[in-house]
Amino acid sequence: MNEQSPISPEDRIKNLKGIGSSRKRVEDARFTQGAGNYVDDINLPGMLFGDFVRSPHGHARIISIDKEAALAVPGVIAILTAADLKPLNLHYMPTLAGDVQAVLADEKVLFQNQEVAFVIAEDRYIAADAVELVDVEYEALPALTDAFKALDDDAPLLREDIKDKMEGAHGPRKHHNHIFLWEEGDKEATEAALSQSEIVVEEEITYQRVHPCPLETCGCVASMDKINGKLTLWGTFQAPHAVRTVASLITNIPEHNIRVVSPDIGGGFGNKVGVYPGYICSVVASIVTGKPVKWIEDRIENLTSTAFARDYHMTGKLSATKDGKITGLWCHVLADHGAFDACADPTKFPAGFFHIVTGSYDIPVAYVGVDGVYTNKAPGGVAYRCSFRVTEAAYLIERMVDILAHKLDMDPAELRLKNFIKKEQFPYQSALGWEYDSGDYHTALEKGMATVDYKALRAEQVEKRAAFDRGETRSLMGIGIAFFTEIVGAGPVKNCDILGLGMFDSCEIRIHPTGSAIARLGTISQGQGHATTFAQILATEIGLPAEDITVEEGDTDTAPYGLGTYGSRSTPVAGAATAMAGRKIRAKAQMIAAYLLEVHEGDLEWDIDRFVIKGNPDAHKTMKEIAFAAYNQAIPGLEPGLEAVSYYDPPNMTYPFGAYICVVDIDVDTGVTDVRRFYALDDCGTRINPMIIEGQVHGGLTEALAIAMGQEISYDEMGNVKGASLMDFYLPTAVETPHWETDFTETPSPHHPIGAKGVGESPNVGGVPAFSNAVHDAFAHKGLTHTQMPHDHWRVWQTAEKLGLTK
Amino acid sequence: MSKMHVKMTVNGKEVEALAEPRTLLIHFLRENQQLTGSHIGCDTGHCGACTVDIDGKSVKSCMTFVGQTAGKSVTTIEGIANPDGSLHVLQESFKEHHGLQCGFCTPGMITRAYRLLQENPSPTEEEIRYGISGNLCRCTGYQNIVKSIQAAAETLKIQEAAE
Amino acid sequence: MIPGSFDYHRPQSVSEALAMLADMGDEAIIVAGGHSLIPMMKLRMAIPENLIDIQDIADIQNISISGLDVVIGAMVTQAELIASEPLNALCPLLRETALQIADPQIRNVGTVGGNVANGDPGNDMPAIMQVLDATFVLQSNEGTREVKARDYYEAAYFTARTDLEILTSIKFTAPPAGHGSCYMKQKRKIGDYATAAAAVVLTMDGDIVTSASIGLTNVSDTPLYAAQASSLLVGKKLDEASIKAASTAAKAITDPAEDSRGPKEFRTHLTGVMVDRALRQSAKTIR
Repeated sequence: MNEQSPISPEDRIKNLKGIGSSRKRVEDARFTQGAGNYVDDINLPGMLFGDFVRSPHGHARIISIDKEAALAVPGVIAILTAADLKPLNLHYMPTLAGDVQAVLADEKVLFQNQEVAFVIAEDRYIAADAVELVDVEYEALPALTDAFKALDDDAPLLREDIKDKMEGAHGPRKHHNHIFLWEEGDKEATEAALSQSEIVVEEEITYQRVHPCPLETCGCVASMDKINGKLTLWGTFQAPHAVRTVASLITNIPEHNIRVVSPDIGGGFGNKVGVYPGYICSVVASIVTGKPVKWIEDRIENLTSTAFARDYHMTGKLSATKDGKITGLWCHVLADHGAFDACADPTKFPAGFFHIVTGSYDIPVAYVGVDGVYTNKAPGGVAYRCSFRVTEAAYLIERMVDILAHKLDMDPAELRLKNFIKKEQFPYQSALGWEYDSGDYHTALEKGMATVDYKALRAEQVEKRAAFDRGETRSLMGIGIAFFTEIVGAGPVKNCDILGLGMFDSCEIRIHPTGSAIARLGTISQGQGHATTFAQILATEIGLPAEDITVEEGDTDTAPYGLGTYGSRSTPVAGAATAMAGRKIRAKAQMIAAYLLEVHEGDLEWDIDRFVIKGNPDAHKTMKEIAFAAYNQAIPGLEPGLEAVSYYDPPNMTYPFGAYICVVDIDVDTGVTDVRRFYALDDCGTRINPMIIEGQVHGGLTEALAIAMGQEISYDEMGNVKGASLMDFYLPTAVETPHWETDFTETPSPHHPIGAKGVGESPNVGGVPAFSNAVHDAFAHKGLTHTQMPHDHWRVWQTAEKLGLTK
Repeated sequence: MSKMHVKMTVNGKEVEALAEPRTLLIHFLRENQQLTGSHIGCDTGHCGACTVDIDGKSVKSCMTFVGQTAGKSVTTIEGIANPDGSLHVLQESFKEHHGLQCGFCTPGMITRAYRLLQENPSPTEEEIRYGISGNLCRCTGYQNIVKSIQAAAETLKIQEAAE
Repeated sequence: MIPGSFDYHRPQSVSEALAMLADMGDEAIIVAGGHSLIPMMKLRMAIPENLIDIQDIADIQNISISGLDVVIGAMVTQAELIASEPLNALCPLLRETALQIADPQIRNVGTVGGNVANGDPGNDMPAIMQVLDATFVLQSNEGTREVKARDYYEAAYFTARTDLEILTSIKFTAPPAGHGSCYMKQKRKIGDYATAAAAVVLTMDGDIVTSASIGLTNVSDTPLYAAQASSLLVGKKLDEASIKAASTAAKAITDPAEDSRGPKEFRTHLTGVMVDRALRQSAKTIR
């Protein structure tokens, strides 16, 4: 078997399609043929369909619920209300943030479209008919939709269920609508720094309520097998294992009798992290009826009831010396959490990782305080394509730095370069407690500025501004820079858990005798291409071609325990677990090879896809040969088989970063902003699959464009949601979406086994401030410091009007 | 309200069924015909995930009642591949150029692109973007979708010239 | 989102459809392409017991042109209208407008008749028909009557058409050869209803305006024919002053809703900008 291999090392590397290869995706064959298997594609014999009766009010007392007419509709099986769930103690469920949320409204409704009753019928048409016939009588109550009024003395009491519970999950509550005050940093020292500084800028910056809005809404199919006591739950779950544990805790069904399956997921972006009333009701309905029950949201339900994001009202104060050295950052956030605190954050961090707010800058002292409040709005607060509250933080600091530059009359790029954490300062201890693992910010921004010819752009802007003032054009040019530092890969179990579940992740590998393999992970792809990229990591680690490695995720009966996919944690955590499991395989393979080659293990070295005897590369055993031997040759002192499992608890987060530059032209008469150019340089450490990275960046930038330029979930004073369909909720088409220019630097993470950092969310985090800064920059010379997002036509026009620029 | 007898051609096959008149074509295809490739994304005709081809025109099947389609010929993503079972050039091209991520919009996107390239075999980038403006994608930012369609157009032209 | 139950009918002629309407009264709704109606039905804001689908009625599916006289059958789709070269040669404003309606899929199904008939203030064709001074042909069992597009719209979703009538065709005389026209529409994204839009048809003799017709979309609860703005231009040079006067007059008749497209003052202001730009662009298209 040891004949001379005719294949060159380069070709052997190429054949593996391992790390660094733009390997085509293995998922695509089924998706391009319409053969994906999404939750609504599941069709079980006898399956019933559930649909919600929802509140038309933002805040009201439920006087009565009359189910009679609805129950009389042929094909209606049952209708659940809070009264039915109470005896099971299921009318409330725990949220990920240590609060409880009504599964079905108990006596009161607290937001428009809140779940009030669950109709179970033979099909979705009958269910919808019956929903119309459930007669709920309400007594409307005053609605609270302005977070700034939540803590007023006379603010209406929203949460009667916890009105006497003044100790919340994150410390004392100071008002009946208060959830928590969370603080980090040295307040006194920060305030002292501010008072002693030559320059202080202060701004109120709101990051509006938006929604992740994946193209597939949330849904599930619950099937209780009463004969053997097993519950199977298929659903749009970004964290299937966590769902299983929570389901077990809520229903008291032993965890081994619950199987949770995430089939193909049509995008998540944070929307599918939480546990929703629809899941609980479907499970109960299946237990009650003994039949499978499906629940699928429609788009309006999706936008109004499951998982909003942001809604942070931030006040920032940034101080500096006259020559632009930043001396301190102080911020306070009024966080609107809606009716229940259902934020998806690691337990110890009620404001997520917002304290990454010092960003990419060497700021000696900083303070953050976050007050969470209840309002009559939908619960959620998920990380919409970003790590927990990181995009809010990045938006605040990147706007504040621009505002400071404006005040100092300094170029925003120059101010950034002056204050960046320097390459030699890494690992860097931030004022708010993070240890940044690695970075080279100056190189990244300078590369970006050179690529777009930043100087020339500024020169052009000077000319355009003069032409505008001469009345020759009605267009203003804006150049936006954002330099972000993400914090992803949650996270070290010592400080990251969700409901007590440590945020490690896992990979289990089984090598088959013929040299192919299956790897199972605790994560779940929602379009990121895990089946493709995790096989690549493994290909490089164990020397088997990626084509020969199946990656499987999402079935809790087969996959090892893991906390799922969100917060860009799959590559940093599960990717690391994959590499580590691969290394365990290789360690055993080395023993087998040593036996086969009749040498000591130490005499062997790894070479792409084989072990060779040091100094004698012709004597080798390929991984394929070793795999066969592992199963078919009795090796003294070694168990047969070639399998490994790794649970990876990361020592630290990873800190991807990037330099984004955006150029816009604004028509002041119409408020229309044209994105002329967008350049995105990302440093996500080791690049596993450049094709997929680029695709992730394109998609994230498009979501950032949508947020910055148009998305908003808003409420009127009565608590009515405004514009909750895809007519109004802004999702750009191919026409509005510009061409994206991507670029990279590569600064590997020193603590990650392969140096990878994660990338899916960077473009959202960096994109939003880049767009916003560009819009502000267009008006900066006319005196604009800040204006609230989204920068849609009318708001931009209003800005122009206030500055006296309109005709 | 009584059920109606509907007859139509789906992916080249005659199908007949009893259906409530209010049945949306998307539900008829997905549930009665078990063709689950077309998806529902928005319910209001904005996202195009439900796009199918009816008598040679792209149509949103969640905005169409089954009765309105009676007597017509419907092609879904499941009917796009070549008669010999090999993938259509567009299907190959989306894979080759990373024109999809979560895959949920993909069937509608490819079905729309399939018709677009018959209406305009040599579209410019701008024409492609305009031509798929009834199809939303949340993952890709469209750039690689446009690239996939452009590349498919080129391949189809070469194939046609060879024939 | 699931519609309520209904019985479905597909008459083969206008008279058969009218007989059904007469028979079923207000329990029936006519469906053409359905892209306005079906979303309303899915939201259960419309719950008809009977749906009368007029897609098989052959004699309302054509565009006929005789000299400058044009008749567009109600069932002509936006896509068919776009594809009609003779119509485009005569009156390019229609194609220009249709291309700004919704998206390719919807234009394949959505009809010109449906777009003008139901009185949705967001629809684009009504203002165009007002600019062209078109006539809508309404048929019922009682006979046929004609209503000017400029007289047809009463309020949002309220029109001169009764429940027993079907709008079967649209007639107009195209502006003379060499006229200029433009539909200037600002929208949040492609396919959206207008934040504000202006349609213009213009004829000129040298640099003097000989006729002008201006219509406005989605800046009131009906489409608006800007009569005063139009007449202000006639006999004048198309210059800064006359354009300003016309756009000011157009703004004066608007009463836009406040929605996520923007507050009243923005949409009113934008109406002026759209008129201004549509006038300038129209002048450029004069041959």
